[in-house]
Amino acid sequence: MRVLVMMSGGVDSSVAAALLRDEGHDVVGVTLKLWGGESDSGCCSISDVDDARRVADRLGIDHHTFNFGDAFTEHVVGPYATEHAAGRTPNPCIECNRHIKFAAVDERAQALGFDAVATGHHARTTTRADGSHRVARGADPAKDQSYVLHVIDQPQLARTLFPIGHLQKAEVRRHAAALDLRTAAKPDSQDVCFITKVRGRASFLGDKIPLTPARVVDGAGVEVGSVPAVELVTLGQRKGLGLAGGAEPRYVVDVDRAAATVTVGRGADLLVAEQRVTGFRWAGAPVVGPVQVQCSAHGRPEVATVELVGGGEAVVRWAEPQRRVAAGQSVVAYEGDEVAGGGLAS
Amino acid sequence: MRPEAVAAVAPLQGEVFGNPSGSHRWAREARRRLDDARDVVAEAVGARPSEVVFTSGGTEADNLAIAGVLAAAGGRALCSATEHHAVLEPVRAAGGRTVAVDPLGRVDFGALEAELAEPGAAPVAVVSALLANNELGTVQDLAPLRDLLDRLAPTAVLHTDAVAAAAWLELPARVAPAQLVSLSGHKVGGPQGIGALVVRSGTALAPILRGGGQEHERRSGTPDVAGAVGFAAALAATVAERAATVARVEALRARLVAGLLAAAPDAVVVSPSAAADRTAGTVHVCFPGVEREALLFLLDQAGVGASWGASCSSGATEPSHVLAAIGVAPELAAGALRLSLGWCSTEADVDVALGAVPAAVRTLRGAVVGGSR
Repeated sequence: MRVLVMMSGGVDSSVAAALLRDEGHDVVGVTLKLWGGESDSGCCSISDVDDARRVADRLGIDHHTFNFGDAFTEHVVGPYATEHAAGRTPNPCIECNRHIKFAAVDERAQALGFDAVATGHHARTTTRADGSHRVARGADPAKDQSYVLHVIDQPQLARTLFPIGHLQKAEVRRHAAALDLRTAAKPDSQDVCFITKVRGRASFLGDKIPLTPARVVDGAGVEVGSVPAVELVTLGQRKGLGLAGGAEPRYVVDVDRAAATVTVGRGADLLVAEQRVTGFRWAGAPVVGPVQVQCSAHGRPEVATVELVGGGEAVVRWAEPQRRVAAGQSVVAYEGDEVAGGGLAS
Repeated sequence: MRPEAVAAVAPLQGEVFGNPSGSHRWAREARRRLDDARDVVAEAVGARPSEVVFTSGGTEADNLAIAGVLAAAGGRALCSATEHHAVLEPVRAAGGRTVAVDPLGRVDFGALEAELAEPGAAPVAVVSALLANNELGTVQDLAPLRDLLDRLAPTAVLHTDAVAAAAWLELPARVAPAQLVSLSGHKVGGPQGIGALVVRSGTALAPILRGGGQEHERRSGTPDVAGAVGFAAALAATVAERAATVARVEALRARLVAGLLAAAPDAVVVSPSAAADRTAGTVHVCFPGVEREALLFLLDQAGVGASWGASCSSGATEPSHVLAAIGVAPELAAGALRLSLGWCSTEADVDVALGAVPAAVRTLRGAVVGGSR
């Protein structure tokens, strides 16, 4: 097969490219230029592009750089700011997967005659008896990235390869070291690629949207603290609320942007029996009966049922009450290790 | 590289190894080679040998021109909006301004007059205008530009980046109106990493590289003797063959353009059409509805090395500021392709391009895309 492998300059995608090459595929590496602003890895992430190119050189495969900066700004960075302004907590990596990696890049790959695209995600794909495909958890539970891949639809999934999904992270690093790849010991990337550690999220968003100072009150309406920006407060948040230390941890249980008021309470105040979800899609036929539902990248899956109620809206009914999920976070249903569907908390 | 340059460089990478700034016999031998090279470059541009400053390339020459004049004379820098980044960025870094251009990419004299007359602003110390645009091939006539400056800003230095022009134009007459002229070795078939700035006698210019005072105190650092010798050999061959090369490449270009337009009638050639307005070697053409990055990928696979606006150091394509400056719509510029012909281009090369380019355009336009957005 002709395979276009997206190489971020990290160890996972380096080894993904190596494994594809060793399986005898015709492999071309591509690094995406997504963000023209500041990043922790230098302007235009040039050092990451260098790493990807040098790994490709070492592997003896072609390497190209594709500029998807405009699409990234339109579909990921812009909405990241406007979603925060609207009081939601978006996951930009998921939107990048939805609009860039498994959409725009996939379209480009098809136009250029590639049979498949590959990434270094810790996830697997499975094929059902009916020929449909599922994203499944990676073999390394600590590194599993299936949660952020729930947005890939069937036709794209049929063309997608995750070559390292069956490996533990330590095995990936050993493989890279055995091939003498310069990325073998490179630290894992963390956090949002377009926000620098030095400037941080508040400074980044402050350049793009108005930030509103807010009062922090307890359940009785008594002011107990303050925050500089209500737009940066997330449901369930515990830290950064300017609260005096107390015996029992206090969580954000309500955010009223119009009144610039954040209400804190006990963890139990967050518990609900149901969670509304928008834009929910099943990977195949709807699953009737219990599934495991996960609400953050490394959150614990909990038993629930999911029912579509029309207009892409769904209701997740928990077997046991669970904490409310911040609007904009992905709610992903699993059957065993397979992603059965997903949407965004409303 | 031109074979003449390869042959000229070879001894410098072996038996001739002296530092030209020394005083012993090996140094003097290197010095002689360097000064021979300087004589050749000077003659090719119509300058005196003492006016030729060897640099690490066109970019350093452009930076030295802009920053060197401002450091020596103060004041403001202006350049046309279609300059190479090696001029644009130093002008911007010094707080200078760009001047609008006409639809072919030549300085708009009305806009330049307005900038020169900017009320309350510091006097303009340096104005930079490409002799031939590296993306379009458009040629700028410098004489009327110098006349305008003589009228409105007589102390302003005129700099021209002649890097893209050197292979095609009779330089001495063309660059005579300019006080500073940038050249690059690899654009005339010489080595990479060597270039020159011609600094006319009497032009105030401070160095940006300070140290041992080489190159008449204008560019410190041990000179690249091998590079200078290769550059000079390539430039001499270019000058000797220029008329024949231009005539031959004009014919190749005409066939290339006709073939591209026949295969893709909606393609838009954004380079000037009249030979007098442009160099022979550049064909910049836009294919509506095609993504330039995808087109370049397919051409690379087909063995055609083409280019587009400009490449940043990450290797990703950026939209061309030149096409934007001459008013090409962004949708059209999205499908831009720059094909370059040179001294070594052949009929067979044009055949390959006329096979590969239309095929790639057809592939991209016919791509059945099953993805959803």
